[in-house]
Amino acid sequence: MPEQDPAKRVKNFNEVALGYSLEQAIEEAKRCLQCKNPTCQQGCPVEVDCKQFIYFVAKGDIESAYKTIQETNSLPAVCGRVCPQENQCEGHCKLKPTGQPIAIGRLERFVADSYYAKHPCDALSGTSSCPVIDSNLKVAAIGSGPSSLTFAGYLASRGIKVTIFEALHEPGGVLTYGIPEFRLPKKIVHTELEALKAQGVEIKTNYVIGATLDINDLFAQGYKAIFIGVGAGLPKFLGLEGENLIGVYSANEYLTRVNLMRAYKFPEFDTPLPEGNNVVVIGGGNVAMDAARTALRLGAKNVYIVYRRTQKEMPARLEELHHALEEGVQLKVLSSPVAFKGDEDGRLSSLVIQKMKLGEPDESGRRRPIPIDGEIEEIKTDLAIIAVGTRSNPLLLQATPNLKLNKWGYVEVNPETGETNIPNVFAGGDIVTGSATVVLAMGAGRKAAKEVYKRLKENIK
Amino acid sequence: MGFKIVKKRELIPNRVSELTIYAPDIASKARPGNFVILRIFPKGERIPLTIADKSPAEGTITIVYLVVGKTTAHLETFQVGDEILDVCGPLGKPTRIEKKGEVVCVGGGTGIAAMHHIAKGHAQVGNKVISVIGARSKDLLLFEEELSKFSHKVLVATDDGSKGKKGLVTQVLEDYLKSHEVKEVVAVGPVPMMKAVSELTKKYSVPTTVSLNSIMVDGIGMCGACRVSVGGRIRFACVEGPEFDAHEVDFDELMLRLRSYVKQEQISYNHFCECHGKEKN
Ligand SMILES: Cc1cc2nc3c(=O)[nH]c(=O)nc-3n(C[C@H](O)[C@H](O)[C@H](O)COP(=O)(O)OP(=O)(O)OC[C@H]3O[C@@H](n4cnc5c(N)ncnc54)[C@H](O)[C@@H]3O)c2cc1C
Ligand SMILES: Cc1cc2nc3c(=O)[nH]c(=O)nc-3n(C[C@H](O)[C@H](O)[C@H](O)COP(=O)(O)OP(=O)(O)OC[C@H]3O[C@@H](n4cnc5c(N)ncnc54)[C@H](O)[C@@H]3O)c2cc1C
Ligand code: SF4
Ligand code: SF4
Ligand code: FES
Ligand SMILES: [Mg+2]
Repeated sequence: MPEQDPAKRVKNFNEVALGYSLEQAIEEAKRCLQCKNPTCQQGCPVEVDCKQFIYFVAKGDIESAYKTIQETNSLPAVCGRVCPQENQCEGHCKLKPTGQPIAIGRLERFVADSYYAKHPCDALSGTSSCPVIDSNLKVAAIGSGPSSLTFAGYLASRGIKVTIFEALHEPGGVLTYGIPEFRLPKKIVHTELEALKAQGVEIKTNYVIGATLDINDLFAQGYKAIFIGVGAGLPKFLGLEGENLIGVYSANEYLTRVNLMRAYKFPEFDTPLPEGNNVVVIGGGNVAMDAARTALRLGAKNVYIVYRRTQKEMPARLEELHHALEEGVQLKVLSSPVAFKGDEDGRLSSLVIQKMKLGEPDESGRRRPIPIDGEIEEIKTDLAIIAVGTRSNPLLLQATPNLKLNKWGYVEVNPETGETNIPNVFAGGDIVTGSATVVLAMGAGRKAAKEVYKRLKENIK
Repeated sequence: MGFKIVKKRELIPNRVSELTIYAPDIASKARPGNFVILRIFPKGERIPLTIADKSPAEGTITIVYLVVGKTTAHLETFQVGDEILDVCGPLGKPTRIEKKGEVVCVGGGTGIAAMHHIAKGHAQVGNKVISVIGARSKDLLLFEEELSKFSHKVLVATDDGSKGKKGLVTQVLEDYLKSHEVKEVVAVGPVPMMKAVSELTKKYSVPTTVSLNSIMVDGIGMCGACRVSVGGRIRFACVEGPEFDAHEVDFDELMLRLRSYVKQEQISYNHFCECHGKEKN
């Protein structure tokens, strides 16, 4: 797929991957074997009928391709961009062993983009919307990340009225505040949201459930079922000396300032931008890659990714790591941070790291990093970004003391239905699994929606 | 569908104003110690302001702000009938209010407004409330009249001696602590003031609560911008606070962190003034 040249793109926030032309898409789709027993669909957590939509693409029938995808996936333009396809649909494609699986994600993205470009009205004005069956049958979703959006999309397309309550001033969850513009343009998220609204989904921003309203209030307002999709937003810190120096950020804060608050346009936008010349990012997942690539675009001279294990163990999507390296992000692997050092104004000046080597595999099956005695390095830095994961956000959970949690503090649900221990309260996405992926969150939203629909249908005359 | 300003009072012209905002869902849930996060226009930042009072019956909350930089200067241009784009809350843990006897509530600057809601809460459960308020001079004193409605006493300190005792609130507080059995001190105001109060009450072994004003972005525990060190541990002021045991707080670290963006804040303010044709400070 065509991409922006690395030297140019590190100076802008435009999307890196430029997308297929119609000819390219058809050519790629024609490679599909249209297998008798396709395996691609099994690899997809929301069970997109890949074979079928690719068949339509090969014929140039984008509209049918879109409708096929939309049956199970309400955010195709997003998924096509951010799914770890190498482990999912493409990882299961029969052509995988040849090293050339069908580029299902890219085709999905192409279909969604072209459909939205051709049918702005359909997606935006609601001509395709289904009428609300019975306005008394309404349900609520808490949080507006991919799990809730999918939950809402599934029910709305079946005529159920859904209201989404979002704490922040913009909907989208991580798609809006976390994943940067150059990877997932906000315009795409916006279009998907408009498509949902066109189906009758109502989104109320500035509603913190557990503070502005709680679960009991929602039931009292007549919502028949409630879906909790609040994500796992609480950032972990490392517990190291100097961690509260000025210039040490959680990835969540850094990305929220840049993406949600548009700090990259400071001072046109009010939110101050954290500036850094020599940036260290701690962690090896998608979040670390996003933070590192963002820092480059904001003018950093050097950006290092500090990671305890080796490049091979990094959990980031392959494409993100590849893009980061192409753009000039430098890896410091087998390095474990031990302290932040600062100047007399309390500003970060360096990061001390302990060099590691790989020992025996641990419970997770990954080789455990162990320190090499005496091998300490100090990196000069004025901006450190910690991207070592998140925990469950306690706000809603503390306000709902009867909600049952597992020992890690995530919500416990019935794996068949997504229902929590409170009847008609469902949950899904990162608040159930811990930080995972967009499409898994969507799968969970879909599962809960199916169950809710089944129950509500009995009430529909 | 913003949040309408239904009343505006200029408490100290061009410096401190009080806004009453129509936000019925927030008003019905707001408790003393809670705050809201505001974003006033589409390119705006998110800033926290304490809920100084509420009227669930009228569906309103009241905020009091000191004009210190870009966003508060911009907010000061808003008038009755204007809408604030986003108001989110009530956030933070409410003050722990229980019947315990005599409570001294200390307020400095706009902290007096925040302290007012807490003091009122203490009075409502039957605690004997002594309010201690301070300012540079008498024209800058806030809420004296409101506080006197439910306080057993309102003690005043001004730097220039234009009202009450000449000096700092800590001197007034120390005099009081020497001769009374005080169950708790609550302090809300500039960090140096809270630090001084904390050092003093430690000496007298009086449990003390402070409300910390660290820099916030989301206000719902997602970013960690607001983190403070309390008892040697990282705590998120927006969801675990903003009130903490004063004797455990690292005030020096908080003071440093509050200066994180001084350079950008000046740029932002100048940019605003250029666009609005005001003189720079
Ligand atoms: C920087 C970054 C990059 C990522 N990259 C990828 C990627 O490339 N591919 C991939 O598959 N996954 C990626 N992920 C992970 C993926 O984004 C998440 O797994 C997914 O978004 C989880 O969805 P969710 O619906 O559970 O909640 P979230 O997307 O976390 O959304 C939760 C929403 O709920 C709101 N909320 C929280 N509490 C409340 C409350 N009390 N009341 C109301 N609203 C509330 C939040 O404000 C938020 O908007 C990435 C994550 C991050 C942070
Ligand atoms: C829980 C809480 C309650 C507060 N209640 C009140 C109140 O009732 N009345 C009042 O006048 N002020 C209150 N503040 C402080 C108020 O948020 C800041 O004065 C305001 O953000 C300044 O914005 P500005 O753009 O006008 O000034 P700026 O020039 O941007 O900032 C001036 C100073 O305010 C602090 N500040 C800046 N941005 C933030 C931010 N996002 N969050 C917190 N502090 C910041 C910094 O120390 C900065 O140096 C409260 C703060 C907190 C955390
Ligand atoms: S949703 Fe994700 S996993 Fe499923 S087919 Fe699309 S890109 Fe592949
Ligand atoms: S497994 Fe691969 S080749 Fe077979 S139908 Fe699916 S996408 Fe096509
Ligand atoms: S303000 Fe973001 S976690 Fe407290
Ligand atoms: Mg400001």
